Amino acid sequence: MSAPKVAEKPPPEAVEQPPHPMESLLRMERIPHIWCPTCGIGTTVTAFASALEKLKWDLDKVCVVSGIGCTGRVAGYMRLDSFHTTHGRAVAYATGVKLGNPKLKVVVFSGDGDLIAIGGNHFIHAARRNMDMTVICVNNFIYAMTGGQCAPTTPPTGYATTSPYGNFEQPFNIPHLAESCGAVYVARWTALHVRRLTASIMEALQKPGFSVVEVITPCANYWGRINRLGTGLDLMKFYHEHSVIQHGADTRTLDIEFQKDIIVGKFIDRERPTFLEAYNKRLGQMLGDRFEPYEGD
Amino acid sequence: MKYWRRPLDSDEVEVPRGEIHIIADRCKGCGFCVEYCPKSVLEMSEEYNAKGYHPPRVKDPEGCVQCQLCEMLCPDFAIFVLPKEQKEARVEG
Amino acid sequence: MKADPKGVLTGDHFLDGDHACAEGALAAGCRFFGGYPITPSTEVAERFSQRCPQVGAIFIQMEDELGSLASVIGAVWSGRKAMTVTSGPGFSLMMEHIGLAAMTETPLVLVNVQRGGPSTGLPTLTAQADMMQARWGSHGDYEIIALSPNSPQEAFDYTIKAFNLSERYRVPVLLMMDECVGHMTEKVVIPPADRIDLQPRKFYKGPKKKYLPFKPDKDMVPPMVKTGDGYRFHVTGLTHDFRGYPVMSAECQEENVHRLVNKIRLNSDDIVEYEQDQIDGADVVVVAYGITSRVALRAVDLARAEGIKVGVLRLVVVWPFPEKYIRRLAGKVKAFVMPEINYGQVVLELDRCVCGQAEVVLVPHGGGWVHDPEDILHAIRQAARGEKAGQGIVEYSRTKRGQV
Repeated sequence: MSAPKVAEKPPPEAVEQPPHPMESLLRMERIPHIWCPTCGIGTTVTAFASALEKLKWDLDKVCVVSGIGCTGRVAGYMRLDSFHTTHGRAVAYATGVKLGNPKLKVVVFSGDGDLIAIGGNHFIHAARRNMDMTVICVNNFIYAMTGGQCAPTTPPTGYATTSPYGNFEQPFNIPHLAESCGAVYVARWTALHVRRLTASIMEALQKPGFSVVEVITPCANYWGRINRLGTGLDLMKFYHEHSVIQHGADTRTLDIEFQKDIIVGKFIDRERPTFLEAYNKRLGQMLGDRFEPYEGD
Repeated sequence: MKYWRRPLDSDEVEVPRGEIHIIADRCKGCGFCVEYCPKSVLEMSEEYNAKGYHPPRVKDPEGCVQCQLCEMLCPDFAIFVLPKEQKEARVEG
Repeated sequence: MKADPKGVLTGDHFLDGDHACAEGALAAGCRFFGGYPITPSTEVAERFSQRCPQVGAIFIQMEDELGSLASVIGAVWSGRKAMTVTSGPGFSLMMEHIGLAAMTETPLVLVNVQRGGPSTGLPTLTAQADMMQARWGSHGDYEIIALSPNSPQEAFDYTIKAFNLSERYRVPVLLMMDECVGHMTEKVVIPPADRIDLQPRKFYKGPKKKYLPFKPDKDMVPPMVKTGDGYRFHVTGLTHDFRGYPVMSAECQEENVHRLVNKIRLNSDDIVEYEQDQIDGADVVVVAYGITSRVALRAVDLARAEGIKVGVLRLVVVWPFPEKYIRRLAGKVKAFVMPEINYGQVVLELDRCVCGQAEVVLVPHGGGWVHDPEDILHAIRQAARGEKAGQGIVEYSRTKRGQV
């Protein structure tokens, strides 16, 4: 069966188009979304939705918390209990949601600027505490929603509206940051590596503790345009040709430099007690029978 | 698909066939699906959708092997693949 | 509904305001605390951290005040009653999330144990200089409720009252203590659990498919849900419609934000609370709140002994301000005297409502101590002449022992 001719409306007696398989996980009344053509956030959402479907979880118990920015809009499009919070505080908010009901699975879906710049403090402390949540950090090297400003992940010499002479600051290496703060699962993929990304997200969701999946995505309208890197498709082709899979690589070597190879893969997968495990263990030790472990309702 | 030699189990393998559905009005003409289809089944059409983008069109309906890469890559939930009836693989010598 | 006995430490205690506040929260059913230490509020967090394993609550010391209030809002949406405490500098940091809580109609209690400011100010000494910030601190249009206790017993009682008001109106409620009350130790009587009345959260009970998270009931308050129950709701700080989805238009702003504001303004008759003493026939009314309301009583007694007809109006709920009552009262008295431990904050509201019908005297104090009752007495004596009605706020000067 060939695709319907798009210039015409299908005749009334034609078979109704079946729905997209992801529609049950999306707020279809708000689709099409606001993200630009070629934006990788949509692909990341597809990978996330696919991961959730494959896990066959009770989706009533999954919450998405987003901050502000392009990626921050993810919460508004997912048909889960979702929160669009303040800039940088998604991780802190998610901490409250999780501790209020530990039986929930909480996913923080936010951008590089939101999580690592203004939200840096909450990110490092939640990693330190090993809060049980999964952070999907969409990294497009720029602050896109506000018009293309320099971000703490902008590679050196990259142009942005607030680095008109080229960025001279050393950017963050997110996997290294996450590892050094205590995250138990750290992976990085590009939006092109959809299947590996889905698999990583599945692993991250199932892993108790603070897991971080960084997704390098194309931002054609700001990062690509300001730096004359071509269209979103050109950016994707760049990621195709210049990403190198090195599972288990030392996170200190994972810096991203302008137009050089990007190392992707799963870097950290280790065990540590989560915040609540440590809390229950310690208080159980100190208070004995008088303490009822905190597990939520 | 061209093989150097004929695989021993070529009689038993059934290559999946996919039925591509394109939700044209959701498409934003990014071109990911066309670029990354491993069987080059899609091409950008000359038609316009309601927003003025060129959605893809299926140029080789028999070639789709239901890998669903287009479905996974599409940022706009505008293309997906459903399994078609299985047919035996045709192996070219 | 009645309090859960697990959280109620029934009995007679000798506690300071901070400790009484923590007990009040536990009695009110608060089961999540996300906080950050700051003098003089730290004791509330310390007590909560010690008591929470005993009552099945959870305590987390967050990395900063911004995270504290964010985690409190998250916990509330997971179905818990939650609170945080702070003082001046932390209060300033929490402003954005007060706005988020007001916009998303999240019930919570935020205790500000006020200290000298601005900036680092006098960390260990009392003031009442955050009162306007409580009302107007966050950006945009919104309304909150603010209470002011004047004793450890009230710190206990008003924390419960704060939780009840927050659940009733789905609004953040600020308990504006001051360091003096927070660190003052007095007898606190905690009643048995079945004598503590709590306002339960108004949960939605209709069909899941028809749930609209921000569709108000007749009282302008929408029923709430919590995560994990399958409602798949969306909460955002953007201006939103009944479904909770952002809509960027002036019409939606009017529909959304005007209701948030009216939710408190049009219900203010039920929210406003004050105590009055000998107001009828008074020439001078002393208006005060917090610790100053106790200090003022000394001055009032001395003034009455001199034959001046002084009434006392003590504000329990400071925001919303008892505007209607003041407007009525202003026509019947010669003067209002308002001592505050600041350089003039709530007195601006008083003057606005008095509207020139009587004299308004401010007895300011920068903080660091409470008023000298003699100053308030002097102010009352001069105000009793009632010569300066309609001349704006008359400021009492300590050095001149008289009006400026």
